[in-house]
Amino acid sequence: MRHGFGAAFAVVMVLFSAALLAQTQRPVPFTETPPAPPLAADVTDDLRKIRSYPDQPPVIPHAIRDYQIDLNSNRCLTCHSRPYTEASQAPMISVTHYIDRDGQVLATVSPRRYFCTQCHIPQTNAKPMVENRFVDIDTILSRQPQPERR
Amino acid sequence: MKMTRRDLLRAQAAATAAMAANVALPAAAQPAAGAIDRTLKWSKAPCRFCGTGCGVMVAVKDGRVVATHGDMPAEVNRGLNCVKGYFLSKIMYGADRLTQPLLRMKGGQYSKDGEFTPVSWDQAFDVMAQQWKRVLREKGPTAVGMFGSGQWTIWEGYAASKLMRAGFRSNNLDPNARHCMASAAVTLIRTFGIDEPMGCYDDFELADAFVLWGSNMAEMHPILWTRVTDRRLSAPHVKVAVLSTFENRSSELADLSVVFKPSTDLAILNYIANHIIQTNRVNKEFVDRHTTFRIGNTDIGYGLRPDHVLEQRATNAKEAAVSRPSNFDEYKAFVEKYTLDEVAKLTNVPKDRLQALAEIYAAPETKVMSLWTMGFNQHVRGVWCNHLVYNLHLLTGKISEPGNSPFSLTGQPSACGTAREVGTFAHRLPADMQVDNPEHRRIVEVGWKLPEGVLPGQPGYHAVQQDRMLKDGKLNCYWIQVNNNLQAAPNSANETYQGYRNPDNFIVVSDAYPTVTAMAADLILPAAMWVEKEGAYGNAERRTHFWHQLVKPPGQARSDLWQLVEFSKRFKTDEVWPKEILDRNPDYKGKSLYEVLFANGQVNAHPASSVDPGYDNDEARHFGFYIQKGLFEEYAAFGRGHGHDLAPFDVYHQVRGLRWPVVEGKETRWRFREGYDPYVRAGTGVEFYGNPDKKARILAVPYEPPAESPDQEYDLWLVTGRVLEHWHSGSMTLRVPELYKSFPHAVVFMHPDDAQARGLRRGSEVRVASRRGEIRTRVETRGRNRPPRGVVFVPWFDHTQLINKVTLDATDPISKQTDFKKCAVKVTAV
Repeated sequence: MRHGFGAAFAVVMVLFSAALLAQTQRPVPFTETPPAPPLAADVTDDLRKIRSYPDQPPVIPHAIRDYQIDLNSNRCLTCHSRPYTEASQAPMISVTHYIDRDGQVLATVSPRRYFCTQCHIPQTNAKPMVENRFVDIDTILSRQPQPERR
Repeated sequence: MKMTRRDLLRAQAAATAAMAANVALPAAAQPAAGAIDRTLKWSKAPCRFCGTGCGVMVAVKDGRVVATHGDMPAEVNRGLNCVKGYFLSKIMYGADRLTQPLLRMKGGQYSKDGEFTPVSWDQAFDVMAQQWKRVLREKGPTAVGMFGSGQWTIWEGYAASKLMRAGFRSNNLDPNARHCMASAAVTLIRTFGIDEPMGCYDDFELADAFVLWGSNMAEMHPILWTRVTDRRLSAPHVKVAVLSTFENRSSELADLSVVFKPSTDLAILNYIANHIIQTNRVNKEFVDRHTTFRIGNTDIGYGLRPDHVLEQRATNAKEAAVSRPSNFDEYKAFVEKYTLDEVAKLTNVPKDRLQALAEIYAAPETKVMSLWTMGFNQHVRGVWCNHLVYNLHLLTGKISEPGNSPFSLTGQPSACGTAREVGTFAHRLPADMQVDNPEHRRIVEVGWKLPEGVLPGQPGYHAVQQDRMLKDGKLNCYWIQVNNNLQAAPNSANETYQGYRNPDNFIVVSDAYPTVTAMAADLILPAAMWVEKEGAYGNAERRTHFWHQLVKPPGQARSDLWQLVEFSKRFKTDEVWPKEILDRNPDYKGKSLYEVLFANGQVNAHPASSVDPGYDNDEARHFGFYIQKGLFEEYAAFGRGHGHDLAPFDVYHQVRGLRWPVVEGKETRWRFREGYDPYVRAGTGVEFYGNPDKKARILAVPYEPPAESPDQEYDLWLVTGRVLEHWHSGSMTLRVPELYKSFPHAVVFMHPDDAQARGLRRGSEVRVASRRGEIRTRVETRGRNRPPRGVVFVPWFDHTQLINKVTLDATDPISKQTDFKKCAVKVTAV
């Protein structure tokens, strides 16, 4: 029994190694100077993307090129801050964004949250370089034994 | 659990919708009728990325990290993370994680030109030890070396230092932090006699002005930038000045944006000093009581190979670090030539901006925080730049008090905690001690319970020198951990790759992912990362912080600590130490390096059972003792009572980090200032106690031109650097799909007129070429970086566009840190 398990394990490891090697050969060899792919196009479909977990800042589903966000003005807030969301139908910035460093709720967006692109980033249509095997919590919960229905 | 009507309705609606769409309903969206365990185990950890040292909370479920968020009680970030930090959950789950050792083999044997083949850890270490022993026998300790980083945990860097210096008797140990902040570290010791900033992040809420000297904090230290932003927007009198060779995202908050000609920051700094003196704003009492003046050697060369014409021509290339005593009057005369007119002409900066900048420092009531990173440190005169900014704070007494703070930021999570404090540089020992000081070596030998004379006194090869020696065949066994040097090192095609593939050399790379460095190695060792092991980092404000192992590493991946300590078992003292030492100390004969370095009665003093039962600890289980605690306590003994006091090990698992020196349980926020720093004697006010005379040094040094400037053919300055979305070489962040899709490839940022003059437009494919190498990339004229004409910027995260094939391996001759910000290139259409 024990022996059988060992043999099975060895087979699995060989298969695993083959897969691994295919992956490790992926990077461009150092000595080559590969062509540069064209600039990837911005994703502008305005569709919300699922968050990986509740605290993940949502990505931006529209173009933000030439948006002014500086000492004088913040273009993002002209749609996403509370007073403008009805007209813009844009999601309101999170309530956390009204809270300052000391936990006080402010009348307007907290200055520490002023530069939106430190956390919220646009996306392009580039294909991910490599698959990411992160599994979200709902998938893990769904693997748990289902409770019996009463 | 009782359900309300509303809950039921909602669940039914969802079930109907699910049925209609023919999809299974996730358990979490079902009514909470039964025993689904929805709890998450949350634990604290510092972020894996930059030197800011944000606290994160990490959620684990069924052995996997499922979420992270900014840690509210963490002082550094109070609940915020940057976009990289928010995606920490995904960095360990790239599909191409390395899970077993891979050795280049041909016909069942190791072969330099073989194919990577999976081997067991035993085989890997056998081959590795065989190579190490052969080289040690044939060439001695100077032919083995190791390259680590400020991403090593504290105990990993410490174990590496023990193994290399005391085990193999080689100081050829350097961190890639050499490329990052060696200029800052060297200057702190030259000026104050003790490393690391005197102030802390509390200064962000207390300063009236922030001056960024070659630091794009908005992208590289985003959470500290939130604190600057918060302060600037909350207090209208606060001013922000951003000095750079191109406009960037930090300029968006600037009241004063100063774009200067590369390298002329030296002249600006001397002009400000001159302005302070000419307008009678020197804090005379402070200067008299707390400073001394020196004048430095000039014409010190560029740290290139000694046969390079620039080194041959330089008068003081071999005495770059030398200075002589001076006085205020001589200093005053020295800076007098840096007049507003002259400096405006040299720098291309409008006079009114130079004056406004100088007033920030000169005005006695303005509390000023100077912040700098790579623009200053990666500079052929980086040490001088650091000195010159300390000069400004010392002349005005604006130092070591709340809000007045010259502050060098770091780029790696433990550049301070490991590279500097533990001393993994070629010339350093723990707690600021130096390898070429016999007393310091003796202190360390005693602390490590080793025979006298084991530690070598000759400083080893620094980062760039290691590459040169590998290429020249003088360094033959080389172990790289926690860094991606083939992507990071300058002039890499000529000076780095050649050494790795030199048939005389055996190159080992420990990494979590197949980086370009790993792929150029002879043996790849799969590494555990971040919360797959228990760890400790030290951030830029002297804050030491710990985390527990939260999940298992994949496959056979093992921590760098496990790898170092396990490898030490393969060597007997008789194989690595001189016979004379062993004859004088027969007790050490026949012992393994593991026994003398790690099972030495100190490192193994704490049983595995003392590990917090709530957490795993693979290393404690494997070695049979709490090795992290043993290493930490042995290490901490060097600094306690000497201005580097660390708290007891167990305390750090309870708190969100503490800033050293931690004396009687209390951290220190402002060093050298009475009332804040317990090492300053009552009645003295200020004591720079790192120096024997308790005074800081003001150094007179001039502007000197860079190693390479644009000419007719190579007509543009190249500046390299980073982007917000990717951390350093991108080995972790490129594997997070959201980060990758946001910034998938490097581009060359250039002025639209420079593009047009070359027949190029946004998106054109181009070659960026220097005398040393080239890459192909795409033109960006409208992005976040806005260089002036004559300057281009290329980030270095992209492993398909290795911009360091193009850069120059010129270094600061004193700190040996590379200048990645100034070389000459041409940009041409493909």
